[in-house]
Amino acid sequence: MSEREAMEFDVVIVGGGPAGLAAAIRLRQLNPEANVCLIEKGSEIGAHIVSGAVIEPRALEELFPDWLERGAPLKTPVTEEEMYFLTEKKGFRIPALDRVMPHLANHGNYVVSLGDVCRWLAEQAEALGVEIYPGFAGAEVLIEKNRVVGVATGDMGITRDGEKGPNYQPGMELRAKYTLFAEGCRGSLTKQVMEHYNLRKGVDPQTYGLGIKEVWEIPAENHRPGLVVHSFGWPLDDKTYGGAWLYHFGENLVSYGFVTGLDYENTWLSPFDEMQRTKLHPVFRKHFEGGRRLIYGARALSEGGLQSIPRLTFPGGALLGDSAGFLNTPKIKGTHTAMKSGMLAAEAVIDAMKADRVEPAAYTSLVRQSWLYDELKSARNVRPAFARWGSKLGALYAGFDAMVLRGKAPWTLHFKHADNETLKPASLCTPIAYPKPDNKITFDKLSSVFLSNTNHEEDQPVHLKVRNMGLWKTVNWDVFRSPESRYCPAAVYEAVDTDTEARLVINSQNCVHCKTCDIKDPTQNIDWCTPEGAGGPNYPAGM
Amino acid sequence: MKILVPVKRVVDYNIKVLVKSDGTGVETAGLKMSMNPFDEIAVEEAVRLREKGSATEVIAVSIGVQQAQDTLRTAMAMGADRSILVLSEESPEPLAVAKVLKAIVEKEKPDLVFLGKQAIDDDMNATGQMLAGLLGWGQGTFASKVEIVDGRAEVTREVDGGTETVSLSVPAIVTADLRLNEPRYASLPNIMKAKKKPLETIQATDLGVDMTRRLTTVSVAEPPTRKAGIKVGSVAELVEKLRNEAKVI
Ligand SMILES: Cc1cc2nc3c(=O)[nH]c(=O)nc-3n(C[C@H](O)[C@H](O)[C@H](O)COP(=O)(O)OP(=O)(O)OC[C@H]3O[C@@H](n4cnc5c(N)ncnc54)[C@H](O)[C@@H]3O)c2cc1C
Ligand SMILES: Cc1cc2nc3c(=O)[nH]c(=O)nc-3n(C[C@H](O)[C@H](O)[C@H](O)COP(=O)(O)OP(=O)(O)OC[C@H]3O[C@@H](n4cnc5c(N)ncnc54)[C@H](O)[C@@H]3O)c2cc1C
Ligand code: SF4
Repeated sequence: MSEREAMEFDVVIVGGGPAGLAAAIRLRQLNPEANVCLIEKGSEIGAHIVSGAVIEPRALEELFPDWLERGAPLKTPVTEEEMYFLTEKKGFRIPALDRVMPHLANHGNYVVSLGDVCRWLAEQAEALGVEIYPGFAGAEVLIEKNRVVGVATGDMGITRDGEKGPNYQPGMELRAKYTLFAEGCRGSLTKQVMEHYNLRKGVDPQTYGLGIKEVWEIPAENHRPGLVVHSFGWPLDDKTYGGAWLYHFGENLVSYGFVTGLDYENTWLSPFDEMQRTKLHPVFRKHFEGGRRLIYGARALSEGGLQSIPRLTFPGGALLGDSAGFLNTPKIKGTHTAMKSGMLAAEAVIDAMKADRVEPAAYTSLVRQSWLYDELKSARNVRPAFARWGSKLGALYAGFDAMVLRGKAPWTLHFKHADNETLKPASLCTPIAYPKPDNKITFDKLSSVFLSNTNHEEDQPVHLKVRNMGLWKTVNWDVFRSPESRYCPAAVYEAVDTDTEARLVINSQNCVHCKTCDIKDPTQNIDWCTPEGAGGPNYPAGM
Repeated sequence: MKILVPVKRVVDYNIKVLVKSDGTGVETAGLKMSMNPFDEIAVEEAVRLREKGSATEVIAVSIGVQQAQDTLRTAMAMGADRSILVLSEESPEPLAVAKVLKAIVEKEKPDLVFLGKQAIDDDMNATGQMLAGLLGWGQGTFASKVEIVDGRAEVTREVDGGTETVSLSVPAIVTADLRLNEPRYASLPNIMKAKKKPLETIQATDLGVDMTRRLTTVSVAEPPTRKAGIKVGSVAELVEKLRNEAKVI
């Protein structure tokens, strides 16, 4: 331990997504003297970012009123919008979208690559003097006298058996007065901090979705920049929450993807195959004809909303963005809320620093007074309505909530189950027959993972830690028939020797860091840990 | 002994590149860029020679756009003492690079120039050899082992069918092959320290080098996709298929 080097900062931020970067920028805007260090596990900023993304510029506007002059990559304003309820053969377009589903009205918003937006934010942050270190994951929370005093990066050059290899380099302690966790959905250090300080006491369990995304390049004559399409209904059954998105943006690019609510019940369901087969529906298919697929990726998102937000601060730090669960689920937007939460946390930290307070507790009250809270409050009943009553009635409730109650219902619907508790045994579920890939519009998993550019140094301990392999056999295999081999979008998990003595093979090099296994494993038997620095996907520009 | 290590900024080896839709090249915009892997090996070897006391100073140099300074910072985080950025357009041709390096060599007077054997973007395998020609120096290419013995560089080279050892009087050129060493990681403390190491920036045009492009790319195409294989049940079936379907035997 003592061989680790240490460095002192005023603030250390873990994670270079919109939340962490906005916090870093705000800190330096408020106090140009503060020394702020940000680490990011991706090989560069943006390398691990997966988002839709249609974003609301509201928080960006507050952070940099001159964002346009500064050249922020928000280049495609939303121009047309379509929302469909799908049956197997048909798509019914929802009329008067802005009244029935005002959450989804996107006037004034932009279609972006969130990775590109983050790269741009990082340039702004560096120009303001933030020290940014990509390629280093926060692997350990440093807690002393019950105060978080920073994080440590992982050791490098540890071999697969846990020995020090020839290239061994110890990790480094990044010590700080305040540590901000901005790891996005299901942060691995955030999980430890929540547990240590019991931050989830008295709030609903978090519920998640898994988003799987492709970026396509399509013929110019079919490109309608600013077109935004969403769907719900087919191919999911009524009990399963989710749907597809398709956005035209940039230079002949299309962002397409599918979100599956991770509270799904049917163990045979494969989110990857749902994403693939939805492309074949007449509503979507025409957008892909003649195009080529460029990028593939996946990421979980927090869908719980207001009811699931934990206590935000603890001695020595705070939780930001999707790490806390600030996503607005009916809008499927978390970028503006993540940025806003980062900015508010920065204000609270500067305040606490002045008064030498251990906990930046003002953050919570700043959130309560801001539009961020109002927005999540009015959206709070939509997702639980879907969880309770299914897609059709849920959608009706959402319309009623929007048009009649205007988000001001005197009640709050709650989530009863964590996502790992919802799977039904294989014997009680109907298997799903997915079509074979045609290699033109639909593809298999391995050729998809290839397009995420993911890589992990081979000779390192497996970063997906199964706590108890015996449990895998008796629960995951015997009862659920290895759901991880279906929900993992990167073909990491493989059940082999299924005719004799079934066992689990973990191809950890393929992992794209979506965090689904950490969420959905029925007995929470899998821990996603940070791999060696810079491991994971390398999403290029446009993702 | 002073060592100069030219390092090139290239598309990271993890990235699967795509051919531009008009076939004029590969798409590089917005891709992750890193140091050419063979150059990492060259930096590592130079730093090891300094650590062993065989060399006194390691200078990294890169010729390219402003962002190539990230590559130089990596070289310094791995142990290079200082670096020089020669600003030019993106990815200049090997001959132009060799001419710039010649000018730098005349200024810095190193005893060894340690290059990678090739850059993984164009796979030219030319710059080291051209530089040796321009300078009239000896060269040890495809090095899998380097030792400094009595002021001479003993370089073991990987050649077809085995290895060959050459002994070079310095100054000399060495190009690194894959098996020379396993480069170290740039650790976080060293990356932080590298920010404070000197990085000098000069314009290629100030060196009086003619950077005009001489090569024309006719076309760039993706390799044909391989058809899916099949499983055969027996040796007899395999022979039958090789003979009658593939017609190779
Ligand atoms: C499929 C999908 C579609 C979406 N569509 C939209 C949309 O259209 N519009 C919209 O506004 N929002 C959308 N969102 C939500 C939005 O992307 C997120 O709310 C937002 O990115 C959250 O920002 P964040 O900074 O909290 O986390 P993230 O963007 O997830 O960033 C977290 C960063 O921290 C890094 N990190 C994590 N752990 C560590 C560690 N231990 N050490 C170092 N680094 C670490 C990660 O690599 C990542 O770069 C979508 C999300 C998904 C998944
Ligand atoms: C940066 C870099 C640049 C290089 N440049 C060159 C160069 O210019 N020229 C050169 O000659 N060499 C070069 N090499 C070296 C060369 O790429 C490797 O030596 C070579 O690819 C090794 O081939 P392989 O078959 O041993 O293994 P791999 O490359 O790992 O495998 C090749 C194929 O075999 C398949 N395969 C692997 N294992 C199995 C298995 N168990 N069963 C069935 N199929 C399997 C893989 O799917 C793959 O299709 C370079 C290497 C690097 C790292
Ligand atoms: S192993 Fe887990 S985190 Fe990695 S891609 Fe698969 S489900 Fe996602």
